[in-house]
Parts: sequence; C-alpha cells; structure tokens
Amino acid sequence: MTISIDPQKTNNESLQPKGWLRYFSFSLDHKVIGIQYLVCGFLFYLIGGTLASAIRIELASPMSDFMPRDVYNQVLTLHGTIMIFLWIVPVVNGAFGNYLIPFYVGARDMAFPRLNAVAFWLIPPSGLMLVASYFVEGAAQAGWTAYPPLSITTPQSGQIIWILSVLLLGGSSIFGGINFIATIIKLRRPGLKLMQLPMYCWAMLGTSLLVVLSTPVLAGTLILLSFDIIANTGFFNPVLGGNVVVYQHLFWFYSHPAVYIMVLPAFGLVSEILPVHARKPLFGYTTMVFSIMGIVVLGLVVWAHHMFTSGTPPWMRLFFTIATAFIAVPTGIKFFNWVATLWGGKISINSAMLFSCGFIINFVFGGITGVALAQVPFDIHVHDTYFVVAHFHYIVYGGTVFIIFSSIYHWFPKVTGKMLNEKLGILHFIITFIGFNLCFAPQHWLGLNGMPRRVAEYDPQFQFVNQISSLGALLMAISTIPFLINVFLSVRNGKNAGDNPWNALTPEWLTSSPPPVENWEGEAPLVEEPYGYGKEISEQK
Amino acid sequence: MTTLDSSKEIQKNNSEVNETHEDFRMFGLITFLIADGMTFAGFFAAYLTYKAVNPLPDGAIYELELPIPTLNTILLLVSSATFHKAGKALLKDKNSDSQKWLFFTAFLGIIFLICQLFEYFHLPFGLTDNLFASTFYALTGFHGLHVTLGTLMILIIAWQSRINGGRLTSQNMFPLEAVELYWHFVDGIWVVLFIILYLL
Repeated sequence: MTISIDPQKTNNESLQPKGWLRYFSFSLDHKVIGIQYLVCGFLFYLIGGTLASAIRIELASPMSDFMPRDVYNQVLTLHGTIMIFLWIVPVVNGAFGNYLIPFYVGARDMAFPRLNAVAFWLIPPSGLMLVASYFVEGAAQAGWTAYPPLSITTPQSGQIIWILSVLLLGGSSIFGGINFIATIIKLRRPGLKLMQLPMYCWAMLGTSLLVVLSTPVLAGTLILLSFDIIANTGFFNPVLGGNVVVYQHLFWFYSHPAVYIMVLPAFGLVSEILPVHARKPLFGYTTMVFSIMGIVVLGLVVWAHHMFTSGTPPWMRLFFTIATAFIAVPTGIKFFNWVATLWGGKISINSAMLFSCGFIINFVFGGITGVALAQVPFDIHVHDTYFVVAHFHYIVYGGTVFIIFSSIYHWFPKVTGKMLNEKLGILHFIITFIGFNLCFAPQHWLGLNGMPRRVAEYDPQFQFVNQISSLGALLMAISTIPFLINVFLSVRNGKNAGDNPWNALTPEWLTSSPPPVENWEGEAPLVEEPYGYGKEISEQK
Repeated sequence: MTTLDSSKEIQKNNSEVNETHEDFRMFGLITFLIADGMTFAGFFAAYLTYKAVNPLPDGAIYELELPIPTLNTILLLVSSATFHKAGKALLKDKNSDSQKWLFFTAFLGIIFLICQLFEYFHLPFGLTDNLFASTFYALTGFHGLHVTLGTLMILIIAWQSRINGGRLTSQNMFPLEAVELYWHFVDGIWVVLFIILYLL
C-alpha cells in the first residue's frame, strides 16, 4: 500500500505565505517549523533567564529584601517550568529534530506535517498562559515538581493554570514524539539502512520512545492533581486518606526520563558536530547506538532515586541505587567515544567546537556528581540542598544548553546561508563558560554545607559564596549580548556561507543553503557513510 | 482488524516528481494508542498502590454490584464484533450493510454509556467519599470519555459511508480501520479495568 507524494498538493505552496511572514503561519514545512520552535524557545529562554537573574539578585543577600517570599516562590517555579518545558525540551527535540531528521532520513518532510504544525502551535499559547498566570492571583508556587500537599495548599488559580499549561505542552511533546518515530522508522529513503543513519536520528528515536512511554503518565497524574485541587478529592491529600508518595512515583516516572529527553538529543547533536570539526569518523558508531538504547531502557527504571528521603523501603533504595549506577556505563561509553573521536583529529578551534568541548567538560562533572547522588547515604545528606541544584544545572545548562549554542553555530550557515562572526562567537563561549562555572561550581560547596534550595532567606555565613555565584549569573546574563549582536549582524550582512562551509558529509550539507522547500532539487542523495572523514582526501586524489 | 492493505494507491497528476511512500498513518495511530495506554497504566498503578498501602477508614463503602458492569463488558465485546462486520461489508462494497453495522455499533456504545451513568447514579458513594470512590470514578470516567469519543467517531464514519457522496469506500478504508483499532483498544482497556476494579 503506497501513497504518492505530490509536492504541489502536499505543501499547498500557493497557499503558504512567503518571506518572514511564513514564520507566523500554520506552515507545514519542517524547516519553517524547526525555526519556529527555535525562536519561540529562545524568547522563553530570555524570560526564564530574567527570572533566574531575579533569583540570583535575591540570593546576593541573606534576607528576602529584593522580593517578598511568595513572589520568590512564584519566580523559581516559573523559572524551572519555562526553562524545562518551553526552552530545552522544545528546542533540543522540536527545533533541531524538525530541521534535521527529514534531511537525515532522506525525506521531503516529516511523516505527519499537519500534526507537526499542531504540535508547535500548542506551545506559544500554553507558554503565554503560564507567564500570564503571574498576573491572575499569583503564579504557581510549588516548584516545577508541584509536589502535593504544597501544590494543594498554595493559591489555586496559579496552580491550575500551571497544570493546564503543562498538559498542553505534554500533548505537544507526545505529538512530536509520534512524528519522529514514524519519520525515522517508516520514512527512510529506499536503500538507507538503520545502521547508516547519523547518530542524531538514533538519539531522537530513543528520546521519542521515552516521550511516548512516559509523558502520558505525567498527564494522568496532573489530571488527578487537578481533581484534588478543584473537586476536593483526596488522591494525594493525606488529610483525606490520600498518599503523597504515589504522586512522587508517578511524577518521577515521567520526570526522570524527562532528563534523558533533555539530554539524549544533545548527545546526538554533539555526535554530529565533533566529527565534522575534528575531521575524523565518529568513534564506535555501534556502541553509541547500543548506549543510547541502553540509556532509554535503564532511564525508565531509575525514577525512585529522586525519592530516597520519601520513606522508600530498603529494597527499593538498593534496586534504584544499582540501576542508577548502571546508567553511568552507557554514558561513560559515549564520553570515551567522543574523546576518541577528537584524539588525533585535525581539530578546528571555532565556536561550535568550543561549545562542544565545554559540554564534554561540564557534563563529565555533572555526571560524576550524579553518580554520587545515586548513593543513598550521600543523597540523604545533600537531599534538597544546593548540591542538587548545582548537579542539575551542570547537566541541563552545562550539558544541553551548551550543545544548543554549539548547534546554532554549526547549522546557522545552513539555515540562513550566512556565516556567524567567529570572534563574537568565541567571546560568547568564554563569557558563558566562565560565568556558568563561577555560578554553579560554588553551589556544590553550599549544598555540602547544608544550604537548602528553594528558600529566599539563608544563613549569613553563606553570603560570600552566594555572591560569587550571583556574579557568575551576571556573566551568564551578559553572555547573551554578544550572541544576539552576532545573530542580528550576521543575518543582515554576514559572509556568504556557500552550500557546505564545513566540508561536512551528512546529508543536510548536500543541498543549497538555505535549502529549497522540498529539501532537494530532484532525488534525495543516498549517504551511506555520514562520518567517512579521512577517506575523502585519498579518494578525491 | 480489517485488512490494512485495502487502501489503493492514490494517483495524482504530477509533472516533475512522482514519488511514493508507504502509508504509515496506522503506524502513527498505534504509537498514539501506546501513549494513551500508558495513561491508563499510570491510573491502574496508582489504584493498585492505593489498594496495597492505603487502608480505607472504618465504615467506608467500596462494595460494587457486578450485573451492570458484566452487561457492559458483553456490550463492548459484541460491539467489537459488529464493527468487524462493518469493515467486512465495506470491503465487499456493500456500503448500506456497512452503515447498518456501524450504527448498531454506535448504538451499543450509547447503551454502554447509559448503563454506566445508571450505575453512577445508583452507587452508594460519591466522588469525594473516600480514596476508593475517587479512584473508581476517575478510572471509569476516563474510560467513559474514551467510549464517548469513540461513539462520536463511529457516527461520523457511519455518515461518511453513505452511498452518494460519502468519503468512506472500499477504496478509502483508512478512517474505518483507524476508528476500529481505537474501538478495539478501548474494549481491551475496559476488560483490564473490569478485572482490576471489579473482580480483584
């Protein structure tokens, strides 16, 4: 059974607006949708970053003098929710996935273009709703985890808007996941084998499996939570005979895989970037694929390591400690593979490469603290302290956000046809790297010494270290400026990039920059060796 | 399920490129149903955990009568068979037969919903009475929502299978196959729900 594709009909070319207006339309072109995801996500990143700056200003002094305590709670809740659900997940999955996956599988678009557009257009309204909830009776105050009974006892309207917003974003995420699975498995160009796909396809396949299996559980949990808030049921309310630990289990059944949903695509992207700029094949392709699938399977059975202090029985602690420690094995394999890819390569030091190397350094550090946190005695000591905050930000900022910037530097020439300015890019990297480590490395010390997270006031003995951390946050805020200047200048009058400025071998570079609407004039190329660097010179001669 | 291979190749005039690809709409639907099933799995896991670790207060009522849910189980299983009949009839180009079977399936779905509401009104406990009552209404209500949506979709495709001007023909079986798969899924969930909630 087959369906023939008619480019004119499927894309409604005559009906789609041209020029910059198409980015505000219900476009079905996967490249337009990818850019919509990226720009929308970046705007929310600026909002979330402003909130983070507010948090660090507040924490520069031990008293809550910059904002009242309940406002501080709202700010930290919005910061977490916006950064996770509106910046990292949509950008690292939706933006790069939509832009790159059809190229990598040799297709003209995603499997379900209309579903794809629906998935994107769920994001701006739910994001605006979330931001607007601050102006209704105050935004949600229970943190991005929304643990009951806190989420039941704090003001209701903000919490309900938060639940609705996260439900919509979860729906968007599920639609995207279904689309990626169908595209990678079913829409591959004839002749292209699974084991010839670029690594990002495997990462997105694993991520989408996690999205499809775990996000619905969060949706069900949040529906039950909203019943507790609106209808006065007692699922998670101990006063009415409910059980808060059940919420924690169901929540972390989604939210631990969510960490892999945020970081696996970054693993895929860095596997694309490193071989290009080191001019070497990706080391250990097969082990990379099995590591990703290993992380997917293990990622589904480690959730209770977030709950070692929630009265978990000893057998559960033992099981989840061991399972979590096992995840270090596939992750470690991937890191050794990346280092081996760089080893002896002809490395170009440019912004994309620098951000990727920054990712490796930061993520190894975050990974080591992660293994430490999996050990029950240590976890009980630092639970709910700044150590956890530091670990988490080393994973999602030092890991994923570094890769998002690296990918922007790497694929900007393809998307716009213009090169980014390298000097401004390197300046951006230096300020980000110093600022990030200055901000979060001291927080390990704060946590080990017992400073609890999520509170506006703290013991004055921690003030000096907190001020160092706030200084780092200031640098991180400043680092956005050279990046924005760079993007605006380069879009207007950057150097012309040509079709393949990096001499890369993956399929997206084999078409013009920016690519035409149907990706290729004529048939899609068959790329059997996306990482065949080193061979090309001898073959060309 | 009726044969997947029934959709004929859709031919369109195209001067430059004439490419074909496999029809993977059913694949996408199956992926979605796995996701939907995970929502139910979360609810079932919560229910079983509550049953194991959260004792109900003394005097709480959690006895359920079996006749109505047993009737409902039979109704849904029969409706799965009648839906299958509708697909078989459409494949043989007997559109009016197919339409009759579809209306009968939708009728069974509506009877199921009426029985469910009848049960709700005659239960000795309300939504907020105790933990068991809340979980009972959440699970059956969420399933009832699925049955409602399924019934509406069956009525839509029954309308689409009319002889003059309907889009559902033996050449275009996908809408019927998709709704049929969804309906079997909802039936399967009900059987699991019936065993866990009423029999355990």
